[in-house]
Amino acid sequence: MDILLQQIFNGLTLGSIYALVALGYTMVYGIMGLINFAHGEVVMVGALVALSVMKPLAAAGLPGPLVVLVALLVAALVCMALGFTIERVAYRPLRNAPRLAPLITAIGVSIVLQQLAMLIWGRSYHAVPPLLPAESHEVLGAQITELQLIIMLVAALTMAGLILLVNRTKLGRAMRATAENPAIAGLMGVDANRIIALTFIIGSALAALAGVLVSANYGIAHYHMGFILGLKAFTAAVLGGIGNLAGAMVGGVLLGLIEALGAGYIGDLTGGILGSHYQDVFAFFVLIVVLIFRPSGLMGEKVSERA
Amino acid sequence: MPLLDVLNLEVRYGGINAVKGISFAVEEGEMVCLIGANGAGKTSTLKAVARMLPAAGEMHYRGERLDRLPSHALIGKGLALVPEGRGVFARLSVAENLAMGAYHRNDNEIAADLERIYAMLPRLAERREQLAGTLSGGEQQMLAIGRALMGRPKLLLLDEPSMGLAPLMVQKVFEVIRNVAAQGVTILLVEQNAKLALETCGRGYVMESGKITLADTAANLLADPRVRAAYLGE
Ligand SMILES: Nc1ncnc2c1ncn2[C@@H]1O[C@H](COP(=O)(O)OP(=O)(O)OP(=O)(O)O)[C@@H](O)[C@H]1O
Ligand SMILES: [Mg+2]
Repeated sequence: MDILLQQIFNGLTLGSIYALVALGYTMVYGIMGLINFAHGEVVMVGALVALSVMKPLAAAGLPGPLVVLVALLVAALVCMALGFTIERVAYRPLRNAPRLAPLITAIGVSIVLQQLAMLIWGRSYHAVPPLLPAESHEVLGAQITELQLIIMLVAALTMAGLILLVNRTKLGRAMRATAENPAIAGLMGVDANRIIALTFIIGSALAALAGVLVSANYGIAHYHMGFILGLKAFTAAVLGGIGNLAGAMVGGVLLGLIEALGAGYIGDLTGGILGSHYQDVFAFFVLIVVLIFRPSGLMGEKVSERA
Repeated sequence: MPLLDVLNLEVRYGGINAVKGISFAVEEGEMVCLIGANGAGKTSTLKAVARMLPAAGEMHYRGERLDRLPSHALIGKGLALVPEGRGVFARLSVAENLAMGAYHRNDNEIAADLERIYAMLPRLAERREQLAGTLSGGEQQMLAIGRALMGRPKLLLLDEPSMGLAPLMVQKVFEVIRNVAAQGVTILLVEQNAKLALETCGRGYVMESGKITLADTAANLLADPRVRAAYLGE
């Protein structure tokens, strides 16, 4: 079996999920200079809500893909409401507060969401029913599953849609204008509050999708799955240049690849001293190296004026 | 009833009292200027009128209390501001900046208005797809004015449109402003260039450290020895 190609497939799958989550970080940062650390927890809520919808529907014997679709829809709605509420309750009152205040609040929101999820879904790991086609195919000596293909395709289509929204629609234009200068955009009639709320809602819908995909990919979901995933997606956003949409996508995919390749080769590279469970270290190491040479990330602009 | 009526406007930044209870009015169809030295409070006044700053006092626009509206509701009522320093969206193209000016509109004459702006400001037409941040200062000022006009304002507030521009460009910008006024748009102009402002406008106010110290027709202000001494360098 071709290990390189195999790890590239795995990396692209993982990377497309990171990219979806990274977009949520980067959109919010781009528009209001806030790092919404609670975003990873929204992914977790998406995964667990979807799971709760899937179980009874799957037990009722509905076709797998339909069940996933319904579960995704419900999870997206719940997450959009959650994202909207978080912005409204936790961040909006701090819009003009010193930068540290919303950051600390974000960490507080994460903890609250995690604890609530623990109360609702318990501490155990939940098996996610395999509802999507997962047949494996051989491509050039490596195995790729239909599930992996679905994940990459759905993520790619979603991101293409987001790019169109941001670059080609009136709403997207207003989002970019608000990101650049909310007071001036206000003079044109743009209600910054509405744009910010919409940004949270869109980011949360992406998070719900990512939650469903990531739990399908690993086959498990649990109340603290959002933390490390969020941290990695944030890393991906910084790697690509936070605030930059394309950067989040590139950063996400790169991080997935780095991680998968690192996991595949780290044992060989270190003569067996470090095992594949060091993949996280690898990802963060690459981040540090990139930031030393390009402090604003791969596609970021020279240190943004709002940072 | 004046188009814009401002009563006892006061703006504070912490302990600094930048605007100290000024009152002024602009009638429909007028060109009025507000002149004064650096730090007199001109920008603060315009920003307060555009609801970009918290301010005390009363402001009426076409009889409606302006000071109770959020900033983003103003353009829908016909009030636009071309801010100090132009405030173009640097990362949006020229065409996108102009489209932003029409953000609040839903009518089907936006495309026609766009072509009118391009006809009036041909330098912008040549640079439609260029990012606004790469335009020259004069071009950015044209863009900022064009963008405001895309909102079809009835009252246009202009904050130092001549700032940082070469004399030839200043002439061009003012030509555009006269043109806009001739089309029936009421104008409140803030300027350091007192001579040019007074020659362009019908009436003027002189502001000094947060207060209006003189209010008269432009012709009288131009002839006033105090104005000549302080602002016309004589
Ligand atoms: N954001 C702010 N914070 C604190 N003080 C401010 C702020 N903005 C303006 N000021 C102060 O308010 C006063 C009036 O400023 P303003 O910008 O309104 O003057 P101006 O007449 O427009 O001057 P210029 O001709 O130089 O543009 C100044 O003393 C200025 O220092
Ligand atoms: Mg000023």
